[in-house]
Amino acid sequence: MSTRMFGAPVKRNADSKFLKGEGAFVDDIPLPGVKHAAFVRSPFARAHIKSIDTSAAAAHPGVLAVYTCDNIGPLDIEMPLLIPHESMTDARTQRPLARNDVYYVGQTVAMVVAVDRYVAEDAALLIEVDYEPLDVELDLEAAVRDGAPLVHATHPNNVAADFNQICGDPSAGYAEAEHVTRIQIQVDRSTSAAMECRAVAARFDPITGELIVWDTTQAPISVRGGLASILQLDEDKVRVVAPDVGGGFGQKVLLFYPDELLVPYAAMQLGSPVKYIEDRRENFIGSSQERTQIHMIQLHAKKNGEVVALKDFFLHDTGAFIPYGIAVAQVASTSIAGPYRIPNIEVRFQAVYTPTVPVTPYRGCGRPQSCFAIERAMDQLAEDLGLDRFEVRRRNLITENQFPYVREGLLFADGLRVSLDSGQYHKALDMVHDSIGADDFPAQQEAARAEGKYLGLGLAYYVEGTGLGPYEGGHIKIHPITGKVYVNTGLSGQGQGHETVFAQIVADQLGVAVEDVILTEGDTGAYDWGVATFASRAAVVSGNAIYKTARIVRGQTITAAANMLEADPEQIELRDGAAWIIGGNRNVPLAAVATATNPLRYAFNDAAQAATQFAPASRHDGPPLDEGQHPGLEATDYYSPECATWAYGVHGAIVEVDPDTCSVKIRKYVCIHDCGNMINPVIVDGQVMGGLAQGFGGALMERIEYDADGNPTNANFVDFLIPYATEIPDVDIQHLETPSPLNPLGVKGVGEAGCIAVGATVASGVADALSSLGGHKFHHTPITPSMIFDAINPS
Amino acid sequence: MKPSLFDYCSPTSVGEVVAALVADPGAMILAGGQSLVPAMNLRLASPTRLIDLKNVADLADIQVDNGVIKIGAMVRHRDLELNDEVYAANPLIRKMMRFVAHVPIRNCGTVVGSLCHADAAAEMPLLLVLTGGTVTAVGPDGSRDIAAKDFFQFHMTTSRAPDEMIVRANIPVLADGAGYAFHEFARRQGDYAIAAAGATVSLDGDNRVTRARVGACGVASTPVLLEAVEQAITGAQLSQSTIADAAEKAKDAVTAPDDMHASTGYRKHLLAGLVRRVLGEAGQRAAGGAIK
Amino acid sequence: MNRIAGNTAEQSADPTQLTRMTVNGETVEREVSVRMLLSDFLRHELGLTGTHVGCEHGVCGACTVMINGRSGRSCLTFAVQADGADIRTIESVADENGDLHTLQEAFRDCHALQCGYCTPGMIMNILSHLEADDEIDLSDEGIRELLSGNLCRCTGYANIIKAVRQAADTGNWNRT
Repeated sequence: MSTRMFGAPVKRNADSKFLKGEGAFVDDIPLPGVKHAAFVRSPFARAHIKSIDTSAAAAHPGVLAVYTCDNIGPLDIEMPLLIPHESMTDARTQRPLARNDVYYVGQTVAMVVAVDRYVAEDAALLIEVDYEPLDVELDLEAAVRDGAPLVHATHPNNVAADFNQICGDPSAGYAEAEHVTRIQIQVDRSTSAAMECRAVAARFDPITGELIVWDTTQAPISVRGGLASILQLDEDKVRVVAPDVGGGFGQKVLLFYPDELLVPYAAMQLGSPVKYIEDRRENFIGSSQERTQIHMIQLHAKKNGEVVALKDFFLHDTGAFIPYGIAVAQVASTSIAGPYRIPNIEVRFQAVYTPTVPVTPYRGCGRPQSCFAIERAMDQLAEDLGLDRFEVRRRNLITENQFPYVREGLLFADGLRVSLDSGQYHKALDMVHDSIGADDFPAQQEAARAEGKYLGLGLAYYVEGTGLGPYEGGHIKIHPITGKVYVNTGLSGQGQGHETVFAQIVADQLGVAVEDVILTEGDTGAYDWGVATFASRAAVVSGNAIYKTARIVRGQTITAAANMLEADPEQIELRDGAAWIIGGNRNVPLAAVATATNPLRYAFNDAAQAATQFAPASRHDGPPLDEGQHPGLEATDYYSPECATWAYGVHGAIVEVDPDTCSVKIRKYVCIHDCGNMINPVIVDGQVMGGLAQGFGGALMERIEYDADGNPTNANFVDFLIPYATEIPDVDIQHLETPSPLNPLGVKGVGEAGCIAVGATVASGVADALSSLGGHKFHHTPITPSMIFDAINPS
Repeated sequence: MKPSLFDYCSPTSVGEVVAALVADPGAMILAGGQSLVPAMNLRLASPTRLIDLKNVADLADIQVDNGVIKIGAMVRHRDLELNDEVYAANPLIRKMMRFVAHVPIRNCGTVVGSLCHADAAAEMPLLLVLTGGTVTAVGPDGSRDIAAKDFFQFHMTTSRAPDEMIVRANIPVLADGAGYAFHEFARRQGDYAIAAAGATVSLDGDNRVTRARVGACGVASTPVLLEAVEQAITGAQLSQSTIADAAEKAKDAVTAPDDMHASTGYRKHLLAGLVRRVLGEAGQRAAGGAIK
Repeated sequence: MNRIAGNTAEQSADPTQLTRMTVNGETVEREVSVRMLLSDFLRHELGLTGTHVGCEHGVCGACTVMINGRSGRSCLTFAVQADGADIRTIESVADENGDLHTLQEAFRDCHALQCGYCTPGMIMNILSHLEADDEIDLSDEGIRELLSGNLCRCTGYANIIKAVRQAADTGNWNRT
């Protein structure tokens, strides 16, 4: 076997095309004659629609069609509820185009299709909609009070879901406790803000009856299924392709965004290709967002700091609709105890409708909020009991011999039990302690204060359930002409490097170069069993499915090659693109093996000719293909996890607060991270660093702002502050690799890890820095200069 | 996010520009477009006609002449920033220019365009106010110079008449021996200032302030001169306590509007801190000290 | 690499103006709507889709190209404004054989891109500094400042900083 590729820092297969500007994003795909869609969107957070007049728009030169709820046939429906749950009754979902009522600023009311986007926008402005505005309540805590204006008349107090989960015996824990720490925390709303906004293009071929849809979706197979169902087409006549996609971070999986149905429908109606390229403002007012939660958390502890029970109640802002169900809140609630033993847990949430953009998972999916709650509470507990912040955590961390650690009674977002599978929690804490220089810090802090500088040490620990099921598949075929290996899986990539890490897994099994493994994903025309890209699941679920499949193809290849070389299978090794007799020079290239396993072969090339020099690939009597045998080297297999695998990590920071500018500088930041075995450490680092950057944004800058009437006031990149390079600090990322016992590769997910603990870490540091100036606790992110000013200048 | 339809012309003389302004009250001048085009893309601005200055002769000239830096209407930020003659004449300009958005924007955007856009938090309007500069306007009835303090009327509003074109900005060179400083705070590099302050200070042989100009942006509806601060330090030596007391006076001199990025209280606090820094630094420069 | 598409039929009723410019060394002449943004002109009229559009208000930098040798936002420039200009896009950076430029190679070596959407704008911004013979400050702070004005949502910038330093080290650029 040549050098092992699993674990190697292999350069990415996909980079060259992107670097040369040869990527194929949805808006890059040439579609001759394509027409362009633009939307009329509600300017009110809540209103009745009294009338819509489209006549001027329809008559505008260059306009091909104007759609409202009255002329979209089968699409005039409430869109699907993705994940039903007993805690929700009559869950509200959006209609592609509003009928009678609008529920948030930005909701789609009408769609124009015109010769270009410029004209489409002109015409959209000509559509006259007569609205009767209704009262709204934007404040989450006020929205659940009696008498608050309702988003949906069907839901008193705006409560969309109410769910209580219990682990252990909380009452016994409360009784046993000698101290209770209670805090209230809040994390504000943010958004994925991928650099490519969403986009959909569709072409219908009236001769073949085939509908092709190019969509920035993270879930092409599900979009295909939904389209076929709603448009009443055969599934194999609908092909959904997620081509190169410019970042996703959760926002690009929702069934459905209105455009994902309306654009294909218009393409079929109009007989010409149609595309909708969401612009940045629309991305802010029309595509889903996440984060706002208010937690009231209690830690019931012994005097020695051991937490014997946790009680948490939180409000979760779900926006105007709840198409994704309670996933975000459920992930938050089941992650609430973090890496700590805490045997007794009572966690309840209410998901609350607000007249705002609907909420679905954004990278982190409830974990940044629950991490913020438990970690700020642990800091407070340490202060209450006069304990060191590291020490109070040390006394509660799950130890290595306690895995798997099951939180009986808590069900994760996949409906399966919470079972933390493996980790070295104490070691990680020690690593961050030493790397951040915790022992020396108090002296530094004191010296700095003497110079009028305010340094603080921040600390936060997180766990992350990753790799959710139900399953993914892998399909592998060795091409008889080239000997290259073609791999498919059902989910899709948005820049994570799937094409490289999956190739690494396959390369090891088949003895080929990483660049000779070619992945096609996100194309239902190539492979159409699978789920989607979310929940840090691609490496775990597709990775293991592809691994299992590669093992099968490896077995096929070795058997055939052994026959061809007239040797025992045990004597065969696969390396350098060929099957070799171990210790000898005799070999047969994979292309020849693949050719020889096909009973019908034409001598197209050297590989085919070479194949004839060997003995037959299969030894059996009777017809060319034996019963149960298939031609070629090809297999499909699946991986279905028994439950989530839990990654974790701990962050430490030294921050400096400038009391003049009330700004925060990160002087040092350490991230200890464990996602099990790493397939490609460079890509893992990239994922973690990218997550950290989004974490820094969320900790200090990024907040979706609404005024009291529900108007978004920073729906642009000028006022919604995403960090540039100048706003992101250096981070020291260190890894532990504790294999997951749950899957053959021993891997855990990494996609969301980086962002989870940053808010809690920065807040912990800022609070520590300013502890001598009024002792404000910073229980709310993002931490803005105005908040710091208020903390150090109490009015 | 596409602009609405407009007519377009690219005249070759100032006279033609003015004639086009007279002919169409809905027309707007297009120079670098770095403020106008985003507004048009968002359809916050929908001019009926754009009058592109790119073919008008001589507008890209920078001249340092008789103690005045003359900056034509098509001079890009980046040209002024990198011009060594300008740096020698008034180093404050380069200092402030580094805070104007980012290089790709400065490559295209013009100084005069920024003045005419008149964002209350922008650096170039503050530069004009702080230095006591003027703009030269040409209209159907001839030309006039407008002093900075008369030019900026309100956030994004100037005293330029609708049929006038600003052909250049005129910024005095830095007085001999004067110290200068500029500090800005934005939540993200290159963004409009939450607050910014600049100062020029001249000292006598006793290190007493003989002349001071102190200005700020981001803290009122236009860039402002902080006269109360100037008065508080004029005639005094710039001790830490003098500076601190003077800087406090900045707080009452501004409205410091409350917005999503900063509360009024914070903005005033920030301004005072920035004023302290610029007074200290300008004083040090005037006294011949090195600035780190 | 010349990938400029041929003329396509005009569709909208917008008034047009004959516009001529040099794009990646080749002279192009088209009737374009006066309101067409340079970004749309490059992408949809010329088929040079490597220039991406991220915000259309000048903040993200994905659409950055070189205009007369300097970086500029193609989303904040009308195509008619670029009449007579010399434009360079990402498609001109690799050599005739498609081999990567030192800077592109450094991006690949350092894993300085993930989704690749912001990458062309980043490259054009950095390249304009390198080619202008600006003094490049290769401290972390200096590189961060050079990159500011281009948003990346995937990488957290750390590897882009490494790539700029590597490119400057191997490319014999003017630096401090």
